[in-house]
Amino acid sequence: MSQTETATPAPKTSHAHQLHVLKPERSRLGLMRPDHSKSVFIDWLTTVDHKKIGIMYGAIALFFLFIGGIEALIIRTQLIVPENNLISAERYNQLFTMHGTTMIFLAVMPLNSAFFNFLIPLQIGARDVAFPRINALSLWSFVAGALVINFGWLLEALQMMGLFAASGPTAGMTDLAPSGGWFGYAPLSSKEYSGVGTDFWIMGLQILGVASLTASMNFIVTILNMRAPGMKMMRMPVFTWMSLVVAFLIIFAFPAITIALGQLMFDRTFGTNFFNVAGGGQPILWQHLFWIFGHPEVYILVLPAMGIISEVLPTFSKKPLFGYSIVIFSGAVIGFLGFAVWSHHMFTTGLGKVATAAFSLLTMAIAVPTGVKIFNWVGTIWGGRIRFTAPMIFSLGFVWMFMMGGFSGIMHAAAPADAQQQDSYFVIAHFHYVIMGGIFLALVSGIYYWVPKVFGKMWTGSLSTWVAVLIVVGLNVTFFPMHFLGLLGMPRRTHTYLEGFGWSTYNLVCTIGSYILAIGILLLLVDLIRCLRSGEPAGDDPWDARTLEWATTSPPQVYNFAKTPIIPARDALWSHKHGPEGKKITYEDDHGHGIHMPSNSWMPLIASIGFVPLGLGMTLKQAGVPYMGSLAIFGLFVITLGLALWAIEGPGGFHLHPEEDEA
Amino acid sequence: MSDTATAHHDDGHLSLNNDNKKLLMWLFLGSDCMFFGTLISTHLIYRKIYPESFDPTSLFSLELTSFSTFILLMSSFLMALAVSAMHKGELKSFRRNVLGVIFFGLIFLGCQVYEFAHFVHEGLTLSTNTFGSTFYMMTGTHGVHVAIGVFWLICMYFYSHTGKMDAHESAVDVEIAGLYWHFVDIVWIVIFTAVYLIEFI
Repeated sequence: MSQTETATPAPKTSHAHQLHVLKPERSRLGLMRPDHSKSVFIDWLTTVDHKKIGIMYGAIALFFLFIGGIEALIIRTQLIVPENNLISAERYNQLFTMHGTTMIFLAVMPLNSAFFNFLIPLQIGARDVAFPRINALSLWSFVAGALVINFGWLLEALQMMGLFAASGPTAGMTDLAPSGGWFGYAPLSSKEYSGVGTDFWIMGLQILGVASLTASMNFIVTILNMRAPGMKMMRMPVFTWMSLVVAFLIIFAFPAITIALGQLMFDRTFGTNFFNVAGGGQPILWQHLFWIFGHPEVYILVLPAMGIISEVLPTFSKKPLFGYSIVIFSGAVIGFLGFAVWSHHMFTTGLGKVATAAFSLLTMAIAVPTGVKIFNWVGTIWGGRIRFTAPMIFSLGFVWMFMMGGFSGIMHAAAPADAQQQDSYFVIAHFHYVIMGGIFLALVSGIYYWVPKVFGKMWTGSLSTWVAVLIVVGLNVTFFPMHFLGLLGMPRRTHTYLEGFGWSTYNLVCTIGSYILAIGILLLLVDLIRCLRSGEPAGDDPWDARTLEWATTSPPQVYNFAKTPIIPARDALWSHKHGPEGKKITYEDDHGHGIHMPSNSWMPLIASIGFVPLGLGMTLKQAGVPYMGSLAIFGLFVITLGLALWAIEGPGGFHLHPEEDEA
Repeated sequence: MSDTATAHHDDGHLSLNNDNKKLLMWLFLGSDCMFFGTLISTHLIYRKIYPESFDPTSLFSLELTSFSTFILLMSSFLMALAVSAMHKGELKSFRRNVLGVIFFGLIFLGCQVYEFAHFVHEGLTLSTNTFGSTFYMMTGTHGVHVAIGVFWLICMYFYSHTGKMDAHESAVDVEIAGLYWHFVDIVWIVIFTAVYLIEFI
């Protein structure tokens, strides 16, 4: 095959056939590698394929979106009328804490991860990520962290069923689910004021941190090192670019929360004085450390969404992204500035005039690159041949709704105004417009856009229009009245309120809106299931798209590209379809070498499982439950064992020969 | 640890011409800077808030810490020799130097254990005051880094006896361990200056 071959080299036969013919090899441990397993179960548990890992991230994220949504609905139902007593104040605290934690760390971040995993190698023309087994470790340690964080709910459920009681050896276990808010402010999260739930929260977040850090390092190496020939940095799809910025944000922002959580854990377990006022500790230190992480975290959530929008709008406007370089540059600027604005969460703590003015100014400055992006998106659709498909509708919704969240953000940036809005429903309205109206709509847009690629099935019917209408109407009905509630003085995190403050009608409307939103999201799941069950084959490029991932088959083969593509231009597939002769995608000749595939491995799963006893042991030891120190040490042992066997077994690998299969 | 299987079916080009594993280590070290940055700044902030509450000069032994700092610096020198030996494929010289690094690392850890025991004996514990909390957590985290490095090098030393190590395959792995070791050393220079020496000005 010569390098000028232009057709997409998609082998005709399925590779399932070929894979089962291959025999697994023994690893250096002398054990059979779990390759080519006929058991679907073993295959998915041991997989190192970025596409399967991405699908698992997505499925788990949707599950936790569902859980977090139920928590939100209970909160809203409690607030539907004044002086409601559907749930107790303690339960209410647990619900808003876990709603925030779940949505941020277990729904939106892993949904972003699902897109990173599935798309980045395809978008840059790579066969897999740089470290496939570390990728599996990230997935499974994320699952372990999610289990540890939610373990309190399990205990609460057992307690309600009468199967668990905090007595005898477990007498120290009070306040089973976390209840200190998603930012766990000291001293509320200290041992005096919170129980074992906070320990679950601390250990769970630490484990999730391991998952995020390893994944981010992996993706930076992948993006910098694994690009196909010709895929220069300034030819990369914008989604990949934004993922790169996000990965850098994670590796520099997460250490702050890791250390802060470590200090909090030391305070609770070993009696240190980091946040203990009696011992000289300063609770405000927690706020600084948390928000040095917490504000970049906002951009960690939103930048991938901006990347998705920057892919969808050009495709459905039949125009290249307006100002590609400036969109990327402003994304990077948002990343940099994101580290310099954390104190705007703390305007009311008395930082002093100079600090307040500086952070106020920087916060307003961050609106500039964000505004640049908005204008570039508008410039992209301006004069384009717009197709109102489902992904496009959600992307347009993103631009509009995200802007609304941005406007109230500017209001917060002004410190005197913020002093009035602090801790009121106005803040809730602001960040739900950003997260639901912005990030969530973008993620739904991404789901509608890429599911045909992921599963090879095309959406059927027009349910998506209903999903869009219900979600956009629902979120506006839910969150817009919260602006007024905030300005009327309703504080956030109150489990009930009295009649006569003028809050009752707005709260009723908010609650009705949240049900509309919930119906919209349920319909999205129905639409997804219907697509997977009865969707027509999608074809390789159903949207007439622009970027490299659409040059593969739908769903992509296990090796992604039968031959390494050589990238001629930005928007490689568009250039291939419509560009001049010299701008077609060509493919490298591998001289019959075949494709080297990484072997599956049990070790990432084993090492990650160790995080569960480690996390639970550390937590319950603190509550005085016997033998829990040993459980933690056992967990540490399992992790070490998994990693040691991982090193010894070696990466392995096998060869595939697509052309022979084709012949 | 590189696998012979990957050597002959390498996927070929790397866009940055830099080994994946080496780049991963650089990213980890970048992230680790933030870990230590947070710990050291917590310590310095509490020192600034409570300048009078505790006088560490009565506790610190500058002689002992200078000695252990010197030992750690010298271990970095030996680590550099070990990396260079591996690049030249001189396995014996590599083993000799790595053993030196392990030995010096253990001396450093021994000094730290002695120091901690001495301080606790003198009445400074994790919960005595903010100084105790920040000091032990920061230097303890550094000590854990050194201990992991020592463990890693011991594994490499034994691995070098299995006959699977050669200049072509393993030089980059040794170099990565070296990067880690030098970084841990540099962090100690910062801690030694900003935590120990500064108290004697």
